[in-house]
Parts: sequence; structure tokens; C-alpha cells
Amino acid sequence: MIDLSEKTAVITGAAQGIGLAITEKLAMNNAAVIIVDINKKLIDQRVEMLTSRGLNAAGYQADVTKSDQIEDIFKEISSTRGNIDILINNAGITRDGLLMKMKEEDWDLVLAINLKGTFICTQKVSRYMLKQRSGVIINIASVVGIMGNAGQANYAASKGGIIALTKSTAREFASRNIRVNAVAPGFIETEMTSILSEEVIKKYAEAIPLKRMGKPEDVADLCLFLASDLAKYITGQTIQVDGGLIM
Amino acid sequence: MDITAKVKEIIVEELGVEESEVTMEANFIEDLGADSLDTVELIMKFEEEFDIDIADEDAEKLVTVGKAIEYLKSKIN
Repeated sequence: MIDLSEKTAVITGAAQGIGLAITEKLAMNNAAVIIVDINKKLIDQRVEMLTSRGLNAAGYQADVTKSDQIEDIFKEISSTRGNIDILINNAGITRDGLLMKMKEEDWDLVLAINLKGTFICTQKVSRYMLKQRSGVIINIASVVGIMGNAGQANYAASKGGIIALTKSTAREFASRNIRVNAVAPGFIETEMTSILSEEVIKKYAEAIPLKRMGKPEDVADLCLFLASDLAKYITGQTIQVDGGLIM
Repeated sequence: MDITAKVKEIIVEELGVEESEVTMEANFIEDLGADSLDTVELIMKFEEEFDIDIADEDAEKLVTVGKAIEYLKSKIN
């Protein structure tokens, strides 16, 4: 049994999709969860939804690319709750398009939120985790960051960057008992993939050995494991949840 | 404020060393067992405690207790 009671988990981009599934999963296993998202209305709805089920949840609105906002949030969480045990860097966006026609602003925005946002949140939480001499950081990457994907040069670069950032962070923080791992989802049914046509989804599903798209909960289950002491000897790894899509 | 005493107190707390070890000549890494993360944390603690900014190129030079105290006194006064 995994029991995260007495643990505080901060999840970015937690108001929907995979981030929300992770948040629910950690909360259902007794963690105090803190939703960080850009969408204030959705934050309030999700916190209400979780607390009405008797779960321990709170939320903060912030932009992960703004280091002063993130710094303030961690300062407040630390002073009100003590330890910050788990950080899930999940906030991410896509701005797809073929490289030849990709606008620089779409490149910059995707890299800023996905990769720089992960760096900023990691840097700002590190002073607390280093002092605690314990902590778990889970970065949400993507199989696209490993295999590349036509039409997603910016997204693939950001996710590949997250994998390399994960390894460097794991090496820097290992001596302080802080584990850092990346999770690389394959094709998961979320708002992000809902824009794909049925035909495209069917084609993708056929290429997946387990013959289906993944569910956000599939990713959340892995995050729960990595956040728990069951994963105490695992750091610096990128673990795929992709139904066997790439091996 | 007695800067020397405050600095020594911070070093004792951050590095978990005995006060008697924190001599002016003590080198953070060689004598007080600090690693690279400890030295970064120590500098951040000085910045926070004394409400100053310590540039990276200055921080690199603060290898002993004495050098840190001397630097902080010059910055604060």
C-alpha cells in the first residue's frame, strides 16, 4: 500500500488532463495536493471538487515562466505547511506546425512553458528540498521527446530538453536524497490530443502494441509509484507510459 | 549587529560543524567539509540574512570564513 499522508505535493498544470489525474491520484493516496495552474476558474472548480470528496487540496494561480510568482508560491507553501515533498512539473502546451513554417513565437512559447517552466519550478523548490534533505521531483516529458514527431519540432525539443534536464538535476541533487525522474507518456486521451481527427487517432492506436490510447490515469499510476518510497532507489530515469509504442 | 558572530552562527547551522572549528582560516570545503551545494546554500543564506546580493564572481572568492566575514562587513557597512 502506498500512503502519502503527511506529504505535500505541488502539481503544475494541474487543472486538467494528465495533471489533474495525477493530482487526484496523489490526493486519493492521502497527499495534501496543491494545484498550480494559469486558469483561476478551473483551479477553484478542481479544488472544490477535491475538497468536497474529503481530500486535502488547495490551489494557486501562477505562470510557470514567471520565476517571481513561483518563488512566492513556494515560500508561502513552505511557511504554511512546512515541507514540500513532491513536485510534479506537468504544465505544458503544444503549438504544432511543420518546421519550415513554424513561427518563432510558437517555438519560444512552447520552450518557455514546457522547458523553462520546469527549470524555474525545480530551481525555486530546490532550496526547500535541499534543506529538508529529501524530496521527489517528477517531470512530465513525452515519447515525442525521445522519438521526435513531424509537426512537433518545438514540443519534441522541449520534451527532449526535459529528459536531459531531469538527468542533470538528478545528479546535482542526489547527495541530498532528492530523486528526480521523468515520465514519458505516449498518446494519452486528453484535451491536448482531442484536437486530433478520429482517423489519426485510429492510425496511432494501431501502431501501439497494446492497441489503445492511454488514459490520464495510466500516467498518474506511474507518478504515484515514483512519488512513493517504492521508488526509493530510482533516480535520473525516463520511464515511458505508452502501451509499448517505442521500445 | 555583530557580523562576525552572526556569520559564524550561520556557518555552524548550515554546515553542522562545531563552533570551535569555525576559525578565520577555516576553508569551507577543505576544513569544514562543505560540498558545492553547501557553498551555494551558504551564500544564499548570507544574502537572505543580511539582505544583500552577492555576485557569483565575488562568491567564488569567499573560500574561507575570514574572507566571507571581511567581504560581508565591507558590503554591509
